[in-house]
Amino acid sequence: MGKIEWAMWANEQSLAAGLIYATGGIVGVAGQFRGWQFAAFGIAAGVFVCLLEYPRSKRRKGTSVERTGQYCFTVCVKAFGPLTRNYYVRAFLHAALCVPGGFMLATVLGCVCLGIASLIYLSAAIHGEHWEPILPRTEQPKSVGNSIKEPPQNPPPRPPPELRRKKVDKLETAVYDNPMSVTINE
Amino acid sequence: MGNWIINHGLSAFILVVWMGINIFLFVYYYLFYDQGPQFEYTRELLGSALPWARAPAAVLNFNCMLILLPVCRNLLSLLRGSFICCGRTMRKQLDKNLTFHKLVAYMIALMTAVHTVAHLLNAEWYTNSFQGQYGPLAGNLSMLDDSSELKTTYLNPVRSNSTTPTLLVFTTIAGLTGVVITLALILMITSSMEVIRRSYYEVFWYTHHLFIIFFAGLVFHGAGRIVRSQQVTDPPHNTSFLLTDFIWLNPLLQTWMWVIGPMIIYLCERLLRFIRYMQPVSYRKIVIRPSKVLELQLVKPGFKMAVGQYVFLNCPAISQLEWHPFTMTSAPEEDFFSVHIRSVGDWTEDLIKMVENLPEGGQGPKMAVDGPFGTASEDVFDYEVSMLVGAGIGVTPFASILKSIWYKFKDSDPKLRTKRVNHAMVHFDKDTDIITGLKQKTSYGRPNWDKEFEQVRQENPSSVVGTFLCGPQALAKDLEKKCVKYSDVDPRKTKFYFNKENF
Repeated sequence: MGKIEWAMWANEQSLAAGLIYATGGIVGVAGQFRGWQFAAFGIAAGVFVCLLEYPRSKRRKGTSVERTGQYCFTVCVKAFGPLTRNYYVRAFLHAALCVPGGFMLATVLGCVCLGIASLIYLSAAIHGEHWEPILPRTEQPKSVGNSIKEPPQNPPPRPPPELRRKKVDKLETAVYDNPMSVTINE
Repeated sequence: MGNWIINHGLSAFILVVWMGINIFLFVYYYLFYDQGPQFEYTRELLGSALPWARAPAAVLNFNCMLILLPVCRNLLSLLRGSFICCGRTMRKQLDKNLTFHKLVAYMIALMTAVHTVAHLLNAEWYTNSFQGQYGPLAGNLSMLDDSSELKTTYLNPVRSNSTTPTLLVFTTIAGLTGVVITLALILMITSSMEVIRRSYYEVFWYTHHLFIIFFAGLVFHGAGRIVRSQQVTDPPHNTSFLLTDFIWLNPLLQTWMWVIGPMIIYLCERLLRFIRYMQPVSYRKIVIRPSKVLELQLVKPGFKMAVGQYVFLNCPAISQLEWHPFTMTSAPEEDFFSVHIRSVGDWTEDLIKMVENLPEGGQGPKMAVDGPFGTASEDVFDYEVSMLVGAGIGVTPFASILKSIWYKFKDSDPKLRTKRVNHAMVHFDKDTDIITGLKQKTSYGRPNWDKEFEQVRQENPSSVVGTFLCGPQALAKDLEKKCVKYSDVDPRKTKFYFNKENF
């Protein structure tokens, strides 16, 4: 297990934990359970964790697979700078958020899952990982090379237009495919 | 539409049957607990949360039974062998075992969610009943206790005023096992997400062994027998009053009956893998090929293979528990079997590194071999016309097939039905084909599939053409669509059957 980026698993686990925390909270509030205030907190904490964890981090090695539509979340999370970049902060945050869930049955599962996610994040932080946003690559403007100083003087030799276009009935022997359909009347 | 039926019909049918059984179980058990007169008093305490908890429980029993079966590869191999009579469409279903395993897993996750939510409600309402919040009948029902003189048993598992739902859950067998196995399930699911599986196989594989805890907890989950019923009287009595002189029943512990069979089968499967692990395997030749491909030629006494089959390899020096699949590139006519291994992740890289450091002519690290296991390629010889498409390391099964055809041709094997083999290898090596050593010039680059299919259709009217692919998903989707597009339901015209193998 030498090269694993623990943060990747921590991310999946915390996203699941957020959902479970929020669901447990909804049940607690809707059923008007005793201790529903903890459930209400669970909903808020769960939703917050989901929003924080939705954008995947860029991997140190290999291709990073984005979640659908994660770009706007990436921008928001990136805006918090070192608070969201550092995994020690995340581990501590998840640990703190999960504690109130332990006081009520409906949120207990969310609490434990988030706690486990916190531990995995701690492991990631100890291994020196950090969160890196996945940003779309900006297209480099194609710089004109030094060799293009003198454009060619003569046009390239070409047969006249009637012979240039491929005939429809000669398609099978053609060396390559036409990118567009060829009709006789063109 | 007809083309779709030819290629996907049986899968769709199996899915419909499976879903149908799920729905039937859910509705049947929902009504059983919602309307059964023996649960009248339990429903007094719990309302409709009782059937909402029991119905998914039934679906869970069914699916937990099913989930172990698709991963018993030796069992599937056995079935595949015995289906030789039943036609290739049946055997193709066995190729989709992992897809089915994942589908069943999703169903288990969904039903666990419903079951847990319903029980959250139950725990709360049991507690409230005991504390008298739901009126005198509920209160009195809650007072019933386990008593052999009065011949009663408790109906409400909450037995004291200080019990909270959390305490209830953690002090009953059902509650405790429930939390533990749900946690195990969540960890198993998060570590088997595609991203994690493709990048860090070890995390996935080791975490997935939590299924042992899952099944252990599952079997004991109902041991507390807390969902109770009463004996139904004839004529039915007025349930708004509590009569004390009838017999309360404890439910039958059911889950083990569903899962014991598959658990034993899976145990046998693991035992078989262990036995195979102990069998000696020696190296005949080790070659390191360009583009980080390792060829191993191995000899194992008593080993018999068919074309295009694959084996699982385990190298204890790298990892005790991991078995990885590799297609065999040798033909059955040879007295050894070979695999070509590409460097993809931790395990393969470690193996290649270990082999590079070996002395000249030395034996490689101890290797265990499980298999061989069948694949769709076995069916290549059943088709009059076969199209073999291999991409990258996916050319390996077809190397085996081509070599075997060569041997059969050389020995004039009368059973060779194959009249023509078209192959397209999409890889980047230039001269002689590195794998088969044949001088056939491979055309490289991405073919125009429409052209290829059209050509095959023209050359082979009224034939059944088997298309075999070993390669990436994107290519598989593409080819599958083409097979459907170029097939005709009319038996006088060409039909393309798509077969794919991919790990």
